[in-house]
Amino acid sequence: MDIEFEKQLEELKKKIGKLEKGRKDKMTLVVFSGDMDKLLAAMIIATGATAMDMEVKLFFTFWATAALRDPKKNVKGKNFISKMFGFMLPKGAKKVKLSKMQMGGMGKAMLEGLMKKKGIASLEDMFKTAGELGVEINVCEMSMNLMGFKKEELIDYPKMNICGVGTFLSDAEESKIQLFI
Amino acid sequence: MTTDELKNLKANQTVDARGTACPGPLLAAKKAVGDIESGEVMEILSSDEGTKHDIPKWCQKMEHEFLGIVEEDSYSRLFLKKA
Repeated sequence: MDIEFEKQLEELKKKIGKLEKGRKDKMTLVVFSGDMDKLLAAMIIATGATAMDMEVKLFFTFWATAALRDPKKNVKGKNFISKMFGFMLPKGAKKVKLSKMQMGGMGKAMLEGLMKKKGIASLEDMFKTAGELGVEINVCEMSMNLMGFKKEELIDYPKMNICGVGTFLSDAEESKIQLFI
Repeated sequence: MTTDELKNLKANQTVDARGTACPGPLLAAKKAVGDIESGEVMEILSSDEGTKHDIPKWCQKMEHEFLGIVEEDSYSRLFLKKA
């Protein structure tokens, strides 16, 4: 066989190998919003993707981190500003607000009533389901630090890590789907 | 498969996901398909309209053979053969 041809073939094989290795059946979501509706959408997509046999990684940052707080857990040793942040932001998935029609809680109550009637799982249930299905939650260390949240006050979740943007980027690079919610 | 053929089909596994909304039926199907062998038939009952589009797509991805839908009064029966 032609030597030049063989060389090209080898090169192509290498490139294909790289491509195959590069993109896995994996999805990475940036969960940024602390709105109940957007969080719900993120969790539905995440759990749905596990049914498609995809590996799912969620990167929780900024306002979304508040939704991971466990209302039953309290931590000591926070400074004044951290305490204020903790007080102002929703404590857990049950307390997050709607992005529209919140109406001082009335809108949310109505929507939750409807969801129950229509068999739509609550946000809290979705977190539980996601945990059971092996969805990984990575929490942005910087956001936690900024808002004064501590690891000890987050919900008990099977696969949860505190990490930085590097983790997100390396996961996103390998993922077929990346979304920002 | 025709509707009559599907109606006479004996499923090895039936998943009742009626009353649950997206992504409930999909997750139920995924869970239940693990309990049957390759080549066996599974039936999914769903009252969620979206399921009728979701399950065929899901089958395509997972390489199961989608057999068809039988419409009942307030729900649908979806049939598939495990890959």
